[in-house]
Amino acid sequence: MTATLGARPAPGRGRARARHRLAVLGFMAPALIGFVLFFGYPLVATVVFSFTKYDLINAPEFTGLDNYLFMFKDPLFTKAVQNTLWFVVVLTVARTVFALGVASVIARLKSGVGLIRTLCYLPSLAPPVAATLVFFMVMRPNGGPLATVLDWVGLQSPLWFSDPLWAKPGITAIMLWISGDLMIIILAAILDVPQEQYEAAELDGAGPIRRWWHVTLPTISPVLLFGIVNSVILALQLFTQAVVAGSAGSGSADSTGATKYLGYPDNSTLTFPVYLYTQGFRYFDMGYAAAMATVLFVISFAVTIVLVQRMRKNSAAEEGGPGA
Amino acid sequence: MTATLTKPPVDVPAEPSQPKRPRDVRGALNWVATHAIGLALGLMFATPVLFVFLTAVMSDDQAFTSDLWPREWHWENFVEVFDKAPLFQYLFNSLAYSLLATAGMLLSSIPAAYALAKLRWRGRNIAFLLVIGAMMLPPQVVAVPLYDTWSSLGLTGTLWPLIVPYFLFDAFSIFLLRQFMLTIPQSYVDAARVDGCSEFQALVRIIVPMARPGIAATALFCFLFTWNDYFGPLLYTGEVKEQWTLSLALATFKGMHIVQWNSAMAVTFLTMIPAIILFIFAQKSFVKGITFTGVKG
Repeated sequence: MTATLGARPAPGRGRARARHRLAVLGFMAPALIGFVLFFGYPLVATVVFSFTKYDLINAPEFTGLDNYLFMFKDPLFTKAVQNTLWFVVVLTVARTVFALGVASVIARLKSGVGLIRTLCYLPSLAPPVAATLVFFMVMRPNGGPLATVLDWVGLQSPLWFSDPLWAKPGITAIMLWISGDLMIIILAAILDVPQEQYEAAELDGAGPIRRWWHVTLPTISPVLLFGIVNSVILALQLFTQAVVAGSAGSGSADSTGATKYLGYPDNSTLTFPVYLYTQGFRYFDMGYAAAMATVLFVISFAVTIVLVQRMRKNSAAEEGGPGA
Repeated sequence: MTATLTKPPVDVPAEPSQPKRPRDVRGALNWVATHAIGLALGLMFATPVLFVFLTAVMSDDQAFTSDLWPREWHWENFVEVFDKAPLFQYLFNSLAYSLLATAGMLLSSIPAAYALAKLRWRGRNIAFLLVIGAMMLPPQVVAVPLYDTWSSLGLTGTLWPLIVPYFLFDAFSIFLLRQFMLTIPQSYVDAARVDGCSEFQALVRIIVPMARPGIAATALFCFLFTWNDYFGPLLYTGEVKEQWTLSLALATFKGMHIVQWNSAMAVTFLTMIPAIILFIFAQKSFVKGITFTGVKG
């Protein structure tokens, strides 16, 4: 087919090429405009704002590196960075291991896969606000279902979202409950492992655990890397669960007006995006918020590069597709 | 049983299946064990929702206790919450945001995905990298200047700042649609061109019908993402109660009715229903879509 196309007579080609260019331009035009308006411009503007003092009402005032220098002196900034780092490490490890574990079990099932996969995936479709409130109810220390069950086995429930020590583990529990999307991705990868590889390993006398370790794990490692990078990005962006858990924990009646619940208790849920939001849209210190956004951008960009590289390797491995 | 198993197989020639028994038993035990663990996992994911439902139908007093099972079923709780908050208004706002955004996404993302998947042009790889970059960018990074712009246009306090961008550019949808379109053989497009189709006709007549499952999956994800969105509505409509979406209102509802666990859980449950219904009707599309984001690089 390509040969016939290549052998086409020369005359119409110039016009065809022009039409082709016009088509590309037409198809890409909205996306191009949208990208410039909603990503290109604001990205540049964020960097520019980060060197100013700006409250949205008065004109931005150039202050050089002041916003960046203030970060080093701001104890809440340090706290927010620590909290987000905690999630980057703990949430990434927990989410990947948990999703891999659940997917490995589901992959071994001979029947009922559909039902159990459905049950595992459903919570990740629930609105994050709802999912957080579900856990707040289930985990409430006085009379909640989890506390009741813990009581049966003679354990005392922690205070979870009212205790600075337990708030982050509590949020991590929510994030694991809604990690069904990653489970499905890993499950699909496990089910895609060629059966011959297992048979070969079995002939070599490998038991189920060694087969999983030496065949399954190496084969799905690109997908696991995707899961890890994806979880890091998720942890860097953690906002909704932190805000809702904080507001529910503090018993704040107005979750949009008051600021006291942000980071509650004792700033333990003050993640980087939450602090950025507080400074920018509660205190209207847009310049400082923009400086934080710039820092967040640099980190996210670095993480994204890792992901893109693994995708490139992946599509290079796949035979001859038009790939990235 | 164990005695029979240890018996040498030569002793029982009458039952040739006997030597296989040990493996069968172990296989059966294995089967039971894996399925028990699998079922336990499934229940672990399902029980929190069950507790929400059970709490939602409890009486005001019982919802405050540590009872797990309702003594009497107060179905009217689901109706009464509509008196406690203008839920229909929030529902309308949520639907307006989700439906308009999804429609806009389809108009803008299908052509872009087609150009990225099926047309050859210089700069295509760079354009695709930019799409991935935009997809990975935390929304907070660009929030300050965008809020500034919408504010100077006088559109803060409405949902338009959230809806309008979808009519031009939605990185995740472009990415996902492109992944789906890559699986359609190029020869279909080439054949359409040989038959004299313009690129637009090839897209509308060949690609769109063939990519329908992918388009459905992308639309579902877009609808759910906007339905579940919290940061966007909080940023732009936080101060204007009449414009709140369900997700945003739900976060506040719990605070206002702090002691009424049954009401709070009734609203929580109602908010989760659309996702559950969508999933039941389009499970295949969801699973295909989510698999595509991770596996087919």
